[in-house]
Amino acid sequence: MDLFEYQARDMFEAHGVPVLQGLIADTPDEVEAAAAKIGGVVVVKAQVKAGGRGKAGGVKVAKSPAEAKELSEKIFGLNIKDHIVKRVMVAQGASIAKEFYFSVLLDRSNRTFLSLCSVEGGMEIEQLAEERPEALAKVAVSATKGIDLAEALSIAKQGGFDDETAAKVAPVFVKLYDVFVKEDATLVEVNPLVLTTDGQIIALDGKVSLDDNAEFRHERESMERDQLDPLEAKAKAMDLNYVKLDGEVGIIGNGAGLVMSTLDVVAYAGEKHGGVKPANFLDIGGGASAEVMAAGLDVILNDPQVKSVFVNVFGGITACDAVANGIVGALKTLGDSATKPLVVRLDGNNVLEGRYILEQAAHPLVTVVDTMDEAADKAAELANR
Amino acid sequence: MAIFLDENSRIIVQGMTGAEGMKHTRRMLLGGSNIVGGVNPRKAGEVVDVEGKQLPVFGTVAEAMAATGANVSVIFVPPAFAKAAMIEAIDAEIPLAVAITEGIPVHDSAVAWAYNVEKGLKTRLIGPNCPGIISPGKSNAGITPSDICGAGPIGLVSKSGTLTYQMMFELRDIGMSTAIGIGGDPVIGTTHIDALAAFEADPETKAIVLIGEIGGDSEEKAAAYIKAHVTKPVVAYVAGFTAPEGKTMGHAGAIVSGSAGTAQAKKEAFEAAGVKVGKTPSETAALMREVYKNL
Repeated sequence: MDLFEYQARDMFEAHGVPVLQGLIADTPDEVEAAAAKIGGVVVVKAQVKAGGRGKAGGVKVAKSPAEAKELSEKIFGLNIKDHIVKRVMVAQGASIAKEFYFSVLLDRSNRTFLSLCSVEGGMEIEQLAEERPEALAKVAVSATKGIDLAEALSIAKQGGFDDETAAKVAPVFVKLYDVFVKEDATLVEVNPLVLTTDGQIIALDGKVSLDDNAEFRHERESMERDQLDPLEAKAKAMDLNYVKLDGEVGIIGNGAGLVMSTLDVVAYAGEKHGGVKPANFLDIGGGASAEVMAAGLDVILNDPQVKSVFVNVFGGITACDAVANGIVGALKTLGDSATKPLVVRLDGNNVLEGRYILEQAAHPLVTVVDTMDEAADKAAELANR
Repeated sequence: MAIFLDENSRIIVQGMTGAEGMKHTRRMLLGGSNIVGGVNPRKAGEVVDVEGKQLPVFGTVAEAMAATGANVSVIFVPPAFAKAAMIEAIDAEIPLAVAITEGIPVHDSAVAWAYNVEKGLKTRLIGPNCPGIISPGKSNAGITPSDICGAGPIGLVSKSGTLTYQMMFELRDIGMSTAIGIGGDPVIGTTHIDALAAFEADPETKAIVLIGEIGGDSEEKAAAYIKAHVTKPVVAYVAGFTAPEGKTMGHAGAIVSGSAGTAQAKKEAFEAAGVKVGKTPSETAALMREVYKNL
């Protein structure tokens, strides 16, 4: 999960990383009130999870609360790379002497953590990495040893800091690493980290990504989440692993790899059938029960874009007869509200029993096809009718 | 021969007495695996009857190894305790630890992996978030159904569990030396390359199927490794061409970030290394069938 800037700021503050005052506001009036509370020069910053906010007109400096309000009227509703601005942060203004870059992230490729650091901050990191690669230090960080003060100093030196400034930023690096570990983040980035004209080090803008797998050990109930698509929200409430896509063939399968593969196979098949595409990703998991199958069908049949459904199951731990019973049971429960054709492919554990159950039920909407490729073709054909 | 797991494997199960652990201990036993005990500090000293076999429960992996000569541990403990379980296995220097658990925080996996490296990689870690490893007719450590396919000359390495099953099923008339599911998490122990190197060295393995998916660069690295080091024929399959950017597709590691980790880039890397890539699992199996005919 990626955080909004204001959430990253609050998280930094909670871990002792120096930040400036920042208040969120959802209306121009709230912006004015926040600016008055902070006092002096403020910056109104669009809260969207997209880069290039400044260029898009989503970040404005205001000298008074009235000006902040006026400027915010143009920021609310802005479309920044398909993100509509609904919330802004009103931040205290800073007098910047220098801008730096620091981040720590999960380095998948090397199965460790990695710190990126440069005395040249402010611009997009991809641009810095491309234009001035020698200015960007990449320092591997051991997951067991972490970043202590000595390591932080070393990272700062490698990033081109002079001794005096390195001594100032190093304690902040240690605190940012604290955020990274204690919050189970996969990315903590500060760009820019600034030196103010009065000699303070401040994290002026932050990006934080959190590990969804670690949510069980954090309390973040009140945290603002991305607005989910209504079908995604429904699936999530039912504990289903669902991603809404933009096609016509609803997909249900077991196992993440097999479902990803099913989407691809349907997309290939769709090339011959008017370009129909998969409508969703839905993994009902290895040991899926009849109830889970019914819940999954319920979500998919409620997608108005869906014209046909492809149920693709390889019975490993799950037995195909249980899956077949789940389909029959779900169709019975849904009754007349089920109107879209289902193509079912079953293989593996108890496959003959499973196919037999579907044959016996002889539901008019269900077609059983033996192989995955043929079933994808049939489902695509039905979606194109 | 097979790789990493064979008829001499003596398996303990960390978390054997839990629901998942018990279910799969039973399945592994019925499939012919030599399970010699379990680990649960709260039930140490107890003996559990599984399918007529009396399995002792030990307090630690080290005790279980000392008492039973175990050389493989399969880990079924819940995510919150998986880091401790992996570190315990590493501390005991068990030669092979297979972490099945899904949903482990990536910081925990990263710490366990760093610890394993510091300890000199005495333990081969497979997973986490994987189906485990099976050498048909010899042993099965994990949750792969034992009866999908028999022993044969094909080696299989895959990020995905169900695609492992699917490919074993497609090639069941030929059979496999070993099928290994390396897992769908961002940080895993054994990689595509580790399995490729072992298959290359294994005289029973004549050809290799590699299955990848979106996310990370394991497939790109594997492609470069194949070009430089693998003489046996390899065919590949990559899942996730239709996955949108920025969405996690079931596996924690299955995500396209910006332009990194796409299925297209992985396919191109394999093809540039001279590896044929199937468009579907069935087409991939057909490619392997062609290879097998010409062996």
